[in-house]
Amino acid sequence: MTRAGSVRILVAAGLLLSLEICCRSGIINMTTMIPPSEMLGAIADLARSGRLLKESLPTFRNVTIAFVLAVGLGVIGGTVLHSLPRVRRVLDPLLASYYAVPFFALYPLFVVIFGLNDWPLIMIGIVFAGVAVVVSTLNGIDRVPPVLLKVARIYRMSRTAKVRLVILPAIALPLFTGIKLALAYSFIGILAGEFILASAGIGHAIAFAYDAFDNRTMYGLIAFTLILVTLMNMGLQACERLLLKGRSR
Amino acid sequence: MTLVREQGSPGSSGPSARPRELAPRSGPATVGASKLHAQLTGVTKLFPAPSGENPVHALGPIDMAVERGEFFAIVGPSGCGKSTLLDILAGLAAPTDGTVVFENKPISGAVPPGIGVVFQEDASFPWLTVWDNVAFGLRRAGLERGETTKRVEHWLRFMGLADFARAHPAHLSGGMRQRVCIARTLVLEPRMILLDEPFGALDQQTRLLMGDELLRLWRATGATVVLITHAIDEACMLADRVGVMTARPGRFADVAVTRWPGDRDSRIVSDPSFGQLTGRVWSILRDESIKAIGHAEGDIGGRSP
Amino acid sequence: MTQSTAAVGKSRRLQDFALLVACILAAWQALYMIVGDVAITSPVTTLGYAIELLPSSDFRPHLAASLTAFGNALLISYAGGVLLGLTLGFHRFSGEVAEPMLGALYSLPKIALYPIILQIFGLGLSAKVAFGALHGVIPVALFSMNAVRGINPMHLRTARVLRLSSIETVRTIVAPAIIPEIVTGLRVGFSLTLLGVLIGEMFASQHGMGFLLINAINLHDVKMITTLIFVLFLFATVTSAILLAIDRRLHVRV
Repeated sequence: MTRAGSVRILVAAGLLLSLEICCRSGIINMTTMIPPSEMLGAIADLARSGRLLKESLPTFRNVTIAFVLAVGLGVIGGTVLHSLPRVRRVLDPLLASYYAVPFFALYPLFVVIFGLNDWPLIMIGIVFAGVAVVVSTLNGIDRVPPVLLKVARIYRMSRTAKVRLVILPAIALPLFTGIKLALAYSFIGILAGEFILASAGIGHAIAFAYDAFDNRTMYGLIAFTLILVTLMNMGLQACERLLLKGRSR
Repeated sequence: MTLVREQGSPGSSGPSARPRELAPRSGPATVGASKLHAQLTGVTKLFPAPSGENPVHALGPIDMAVERGEFFAIVGPSGCGKSTLLDILAGLAAPTDGTVVFENKPISGAVPPGIGVVFQEDASFPWLTVWDNVAFGLRRAGLERGETTKRVEHWLRFMGLADFARAHPAHLSGGMRQRVCIARTLVLEPRMILLDEPFGALDQQTRLLMGDELLRLWRATGATVVLITHAIDEACMLADRVGVMTARPGRFADVAVTRWPGDRDSRIVSDPSFGQLTGRVWSILRDESIKAIGHAEGDIGGRSP
Repeated sequence: MTQSTAAVGKSRRLQDFALLVACILAAWQALYMIVGDVAITSPVTTLGYAIELLPSSDFRPHLAASLTAFGNALLISYAGGVLLGLTLGFHRFSGEVAEPMLGALYSLPKIALYPIILQIFGLGLSAKVAFGALHGVIPVALFSMNAVRGINPMHLRTARVLRLSSIETVRTIVAPAIIPEIVTGLRVGFSLTLLGVLIGEMFASQHGMGFLLINAINLHDVKMITTLIFVLFLFATVTSAILLAIDRRLHVRV
């Protein structure tokens, strides 16, 4: 492991340890926050009782569906939008301001359109995450060296062959920025939806535990969510490094 | 595998030891119809000005004919439209006016089969290994596996890349990457190879050696070669004919016939007639380059002798 | 001639913009006609309600509360983010240690932290400011750090050859090199801080636009929901269009 990597682990461990000490010694009131070790204990208890799986399964299923669709539709949307520079220029401020608006407040609208099932939540996830992928696709295509596009013409590639064989491989790395954000935004959209209205899912369970003053469960669920998202993010980073292997300049 | 076509290989036509004529002389930019490989007639290119003012007249009108198996070099001051000319010849860009004919068929808006292009910029695919880069076109053409392997390995060996087959371009030097691009082009056995300042980013020694390799592969393939360059010595050393272009809008000011033997290599730079040739090309190019840089003629030493 | 063609380009852009607005309005109207009043109100109704709502004394305190919280959060995001980013940028090793951690924090769904923020700060201004800053600080820091890392080393060597003092180097070389990238970070931070503040208001406040929004959701006040989203959307788009224009202008010089 690199020196930076070891220091990073030390820093993270130190932060957790000092949080633990602060909580245990009463510097942070136990009713405000429980120590990290207790959070792990709470996760273990929740897992043993089967509640963890029950609460988190719908959330992670919906996030996965939303994430996959957002990436697919985002890449397609970004590629199409890149070929329409006039439309793109008009849409630019919208793409830039998109995340400032809590569109998940339109959840009731989605319920009317898609019915009272998981799809309104998934749609919020897609709508929220897809734009990150669109933006990174656009940025990626902007940076494809023009000479590679000339090569595509020398091989007399069709439009789809050009996208598949040249553009997609060339933008794979910038695209990963958007893919990582898409994971975060699918979570934000779906958790927000669950906080607001849903009757299931980890967001709903956190809100429920909060209202019931059940600190232990609440912190367990929050810690579980954050750990899982971090692990998924690290998985994506590992994929990115695998792609980068050999081709970094 | 027949890589060498008998027809028009200059190695077989000229005497081998010395140039037939020491003093280079002018020749026409056109050749007889029988050996004609590619022809440009009245080719002109205008680029619309961004502000809507008069369009930029980049090129022409240009008449040019390239013989089968010939090595034709084009030199010109920067910004004279050399690369535009090559793009038009390759079918990568359409001329505003005039016609381009390759192997008796007009080129219109697409790269015709049989033409290979090597660019100045690194055009290797960074996500593919050297081997996969070279095999790229063959796989697309659906060539069977054994034949693909045979051809790729032949060209990797020819270009001195055999030991780097599994490496990614990122791990190679600029010269090696350019070899990958050349191998990737040659593996498809193009009948005409267009090179747009392929050695522009390389150092002088590497360029001379790459020039030797270019001559070697030209002889091995018998293909027609059109080389765009800003280096006078490179053009004069490599080509059968050197087209000298004017400042924008680029036209041919002169076409010099070099009369080198077919089996020449970079050592001809020490030949006295080489100096005469480059001197002659420079005397034309100097005036044009001064115009291109935008100085009044008097600013840099007046007219050349 | 040049000016007239520039004017033509500008008028075409205005035309495109008008067309976009028309398309959005048409889509909105169509959606309204399909789903009806239970989910969304029509553009005309919404606009009318917005004009009625915005100057009303019921609304203004909430608007003021949101703007106060947003202003404070933005100040913390910007100051903290730039300071952190510059430090990590200039101190290479810290940057190397911190970058993946910042990346991981950037992609955490911070919305899940709202109960913790509430526990720590209680209901009110500080909770939403904290929530906004939490969202905004990391992107600003990441962009600032990469701005410093992206300084062309040749420019720094030129500064040494010219024997510039460190103040002169910062003023003439470092600042012009990093400002455009930092402004991009500030632009991204602007949007995310706004989102953070609004989420904070939705879940951890009894004042502000976010509170009105969550209240309207709970009361199923469709007209209010649509109008608030419309007003927020308008505010966010106009401000980010301005920031984008500044950003572009700064980047052209580089």
